[in-house]
Amino acid sequence: MTEFRMSSLEVLRRLRAVRKDYDIVVSAMGAARDWMALGSHPRDWVFVPSSMGQATSLGLGLALARPDLRVIVLGGDGGLIMNLGSLITITAQQPPNLFLLILDNGVYEVTGAQPTPASDAGRDLAPPVDLAGLARASGFQAVFRFNNLDAFTTDLEGMLETRGPVFALLQVAPVPGAEGPRSPGPAPERARAFMAAIGGRGQ
Amino acid sequence: MSAIFSGAQVAGLLRECGFTHVVTVPDSTLGQWEAAIEEGGMRLIRVCREGEAWATAAGLYLGGARPLVMIQCTGLFESGDALRNVLHDWKLPIPSLIGYRSYLNQETLPGDSCLTFTEPVLDAWQLDYRLVKDPGDFEVMANHLRAGLAAQTPAVVLIAEGKA
Repeated sequence: MTEFRMSSLEVLRRLRAVRKDYDIVVSAMGAARDWMALGSHPRDWVFVPSSMGQATSLGLGLALARPDLRVIVLGGDGGLIMNLGSLITITAQQPPNLFLLILDNGVYEVTGAQPTPASDAGRDLAPPVDLAGLARASGFQAVFRFNNLDAFTTDLEGMLETRGPVFALLQVAPVPGAEGPRSPGPAPERARAFMAAIGGRGQ
Repeated sequence: MSAIFSGAQVAGLLRECGFTHVVTVPDSTLGQWEAAIEEGGMRLIRVCREGEAWATAAGLYLGGARPLVMIQCTGLFESGDALRNVLHDWKLPIPSLIGYRSYLNQETLPGDSCLTFTEPVLDAWQLDYRLVKDPGDFEVMANHLRAGLAAQTPAVVLIAEGKA
């Protein structure tokens, strides 16, 4: 039985406290909703609208194009299992500056908290899938798992100094009645602003 | 079945266009070009499934690189939601080469339904494509890619292929 202990909002609050100004933070789905609730930054890529599951792939592209910046991807377990192949693609490329932080709540939260097929509640006939184990089997050398906020807070900065690609599974509680994230503005304009903020093509 | 263009031709064009990365899932035609693309100094990003290709290319583009997606039409079908998001929601002008399976012959897949659906799907996604069918169409491909880059629009080149 998976034990969920952390609040996703508190986890992200801790991350925001140590986020460097040069960091790019990619967020999607429920993680985007909570990340936006804590504020905004020009180097936030709020991936809303998105194609579900593609945040890890978009983060890979950013990390390869900008090896001088740290790229932190905030996604969920539902999105991850929609794009498991991206774990293999990422480790084939070995971007040292890419950090995947997966908020694992076991459900598709924004659609009404239906269990994912990887979670304990979604698998009557089999044990829950070990997502951190999947990452390790896909070639990630740096794999972390947290279900305690104190331990996460203590280890967070050290984890972000680890040579990537890094995979961290953050076991969090689903938020009852949570809604999906709202786009904070027209997507093409936000893309241009983001590119300008990171010194990419932009403008 | 050999490709209608050589790897050297394709790599030369892509290099001339300034592409830095080619994000791809190979097929038996497109895969013949991989070595030449890498030898041409471009980084090949091998993804596991085509939906990844569009998002990875999007990240590369946002970071200032110049990526191109190279996949088969079957992968186009698979990756519809990802390309919708990247090309239409975010309006990122990611160009692509799409292999048109069974267009030149149906030796391995008689009655291949790719022939029924590929062009209607491109039309449905409102993509500006050019079909290239023989070696004499190389300039059609080159001009379309160049025009897309100049206009910042997502040019698609549909490349006729034989066997799967």
